[in-house]
Amino acid sequence: MLQWLPENVSTFGQGVDNLFYAIYYITLVTLILVIGTLITFLIKYRYQEGKKADYIEGSTTLEIVWTAATTVIVFVLAMFSYPQWNNIKSPTSFPENPDVVVQVSGKQFNWDMTYPGPDNEFGTDDDLLLENELHVPVNAVVHIRLTAVDVIHSFFVPQLRLKQDALPGRIINVWFEATKAGRYEIPCAELCGFGHSGMLGYLNVHAQTDYDAWVQERWPQ
Amino acid sequence: MHDNEHTSHHEESFIRKYIFSLDHKTIGKQFLIYGLIMFFLGGGLALLFRWQLAYPDKPLPIIGASTEYMEEGEVVTGADRMWERIYESEKEEWLEVNMPNGVVDPAFYNMLFTMHATVMVFFVVVPILVGAFGNFLIPLMIGTRDMAFPILNMLSFWFAVLAAVIMTIGFFVPGGHAAAGWTGYAPLSSDAQWTGVEWGQILWGLSLFVQGLSSLVGSINYITTIINMRAPGMTFFRLPLVIWSLFIVAILLLLAFPVLSSAIVLLVFDRLAGTTFFTPTAEGGGDPLLWQHLFWFFGHPEVYILILPGMGIASELIAVFSRKPIFGYRSMVYAMIAIAFLGWIVWGHHMFQSGMRPGLGSVFMTTTMLIAVPSAIKTFNWLGTMFRGSIRFTTPMLHGIAFVSMFVIGGLSGIYMANTPVDIFIHDTYYIVAHIHYVVFGGSLFAIFGGIVFWFPKMYGRYMNDTLSKIHFWLTFIAFNCTFFPMHILGVGGHMRRISNPMQYEFLQGFEGMNIFITMSAFTLGFTQLILVFNFFWSIYRGKVAEQNPWHVNTLEWEAPTPVPHGNFVQIPTVYRGPYEYSVPDEEEDWIPQARPEHAPATSGD
Ligand code: HEM
Ligand SMILES: [Cu+2]
Ligand SMILES: [Cu+2]
Repeated sequence: MLQWLPENVSTFGQGVDNLFYAIYYITLVTLILVIGTLITFLIKYRYQEGKKADYIEGSTTLEIVWTAATTVIVFVLAMFSYPQWNNIKSPTSFPENPDVVVQVSGKQFNWDMTYPGPDNEFGTDDDLLLENELHVPVNAVVHIRLTAVDVIHSFFVPQLRLKQDALPGRIINVWFEATKAGRYEIPCAELCGFGHSGMLGYLNVHAQTDYDAWVQERWPQ
Repeated sequence: MHDNEHTSHHEESFIRKYIFSLDHKTIGKQFLIYGLIMFFLGGGLALLFRWQLAYPDKPLPIIGASTEYMEEGEVVTGADRMWERIYESEKEEWLEVNMPNGVVDPAFYNMLFTMHATVMVFFVVVPILVGAFGNFLIPLMIGTRDMAFPILNMLSFWFAVLAAVIMTIGFFVPGGHAAAGWTGYAPLSSDAQWTGVEWGQILWGLSLFVQGLSSLVGSINYITTIINMRAPGMTFFRLPLVIWSLFIVAILLLLAFPVLSSAIVLLVFDRLAGTTFFTPTAEGGGDPLLWQHLFWFFGHPEVYILILPGMGIASELIAVFSRKPIFGYRSMVYAMIAIAFLGWIVWGHHMFQSGMRPGLGSVFMTTTMLIAVPSAIKTFNWLGTMFRGSIRFTTPMLHGIAFVSMFVIGGLSGIYMANTPVDIFIHDTYYIVAHIHYVVFGGSLFAIFGGIVFWFPKMYGRYMNDTLSKIHFWLTFIAFNCTFFPMHILGVGGHMRRISNPMQYEFLQGFEGMNIFITMSAFTLGFTQLILVFNFFWSIYRGKVAEQNPWHVNTLEWEAPTPVPHGNFVQIPTVYRGPYEYSVPDEEEDWIPQARPEHAPATSGD
């Protein structure tokens, strides 16, 4: 089933995929065991002429065993998830000194991308506003200041394994590092009105030289 | 005790008996029929949007305009003539606004899935599980003559009718019905300018508010009745599991629904009175996340309200038709209590990607993982109940087995989503949609179908036609899995939920075939339900007459004569043992009713 996952192109994406696969195998084995047992029981203990069911009220040992076993499995899974989650979402553990900072703002039904320009400050004359086009260099740390102007939207880049809701009235920090140049879609993943379907931006990941050229073209010096 | 007064048949007027009835059995049946009617409304909405997903922007069959008409205005078919008439008429026709040429408009699409979920959750599953089965079963299974407060009980039904009427009116107001999802996230829902929906959203809120009153009144009644009116000898640990589940659900409803009602009041204030509880404004306004916290603080207990009675029904079916005691009766009860407690501290798992502080995500992941444990315990105990049983594959049992297997899939998919890093990817995709339907359709609805077939003989004194029931079961089971299993794959592919046209996205191009397959399965699933409804109404009048206890069940409802008279029992039964004394060694029969006195020393329970 997991071969349907889109290709991963972010540094943290592999960690997400590994967890995905781990859970996939654990749940697949559980499913096969449970359904297998169920089917075995259905066949073996079907009604047969002259045979009575056994009077069994339960087993405390079994109850303890399966309670403990499930608890251990889910907690081990949780243990592996905490660091991944923090790495992706917790601003205190983001890589510092980003190579690029962009403000992304969702509004019905577009993504506004604002670059701070050479002075690295937002709200100045050299800011650049692009609609639905985000340009970043490959293998570089990108910080996004994510917000929305009207309703909630959700910034989703399937290939980056990244999704974050954009809230009006708040700036949420998001980071990623893309590992492969290309053009990727940025659908909106949170219902935002009649134009929600089709609200779509693009993430252009450039090789460093191409990115430098793009910067040169935008802010000629 | 007023035995004589209750059992004597004094003629009641038609209205007293069938419409404004105080009898818990009639009210239960009213809720059942109400739920079945709304089931068709909710299902119909789903088929409309499934069409759009499979064939985006193509006109619907039968009512859609022909290509010739759409391209050249040339009237070819009967449908074209209808559209011609609609476009020529002076006033804005409903169809013209929502489905021009028979094509589902994007705004209409949003309304369709919003109302589909709203109707299914609030007007189908809860009314049937809690309203119908709760009302019918509680007094009968605990051995009493009626609910503690019959008038409140009647009010509970009529509030629900009022809520349904208000909800239905919403479809026809200018601006259309609510279109912000069944979760009604603000600010999309709290300001008309973002959707163009004016009165629809307000009627949506008002209707749910009234439905909340209905639940409130009903749950007080259930709790009081179960605590105070159990038959002599019916201790708590001799209660059938379905009664335990309804008891717990009544407590959850009592505590959870008022939170939604309060949130709705704030939402309506935002819309009508200019407050900004859910909108951040420069003057220091509110916060969109406040709505989500309130909604899910109600919403997560609500999803357990949707499943617990299903678990209870499945437990009855599996014990009866395996002819065995419930494996680990007490741990089944404790697991339900654990779910009820933990259900209050997991709501944040719906908000992992919402912008809520990431540290909280880890906390909610932990509690969510915890709540998977009692769900697993229950599954193992159902398997244990079948172990060395003598399984009869009756139609209700088939539904019970389907319940267990589908619930396992739904529970396991929950683990993926509970895992915060994985949820980053699958949140708001079809993976969630698959999960929801495996637990609520695969779980709750199969339990409902099984429960209907199982208790029908007690409700109407007749059997449902078994051939039709079996056909309905198998078609539903197959079509259900064909419809919802592939949605896991869509989710893994990143396919977002709530989009009306997946073909707008490059990365979803490969899913067109799967969407068509799902839609065809969904139509099969939808039309299969006609068999159930036909069978239901046909059997009320024509079904084979049933004896008093056709399945040889121990619990008290089967002690009552069939059809059950006003006041239920000829004489209030006394309970001597637990509900699941099946296949007791050295007994001739494989069952001992709870009320049979000869074997006074109880073997279990108490
Ligand atoms: C093993 C137990 C379960 C776990 C671990 C679990 C976990 C979750 C999680 C984490 C979500 C949020 C996913 C997201 O939006 O990203 C979710 C959504 C949902 N769950 Fe479960 N769940 C479980 C059982 C159930 C049951 C028993 C029901 C109901 C009968 C249920 C009904 C729902 C519904 C309706 C939603 C989606 C709500 C929406 O966004 O529209 N779940 N579940
Ligand atoms: Cu959107
Ligand atoms: Cu939940």
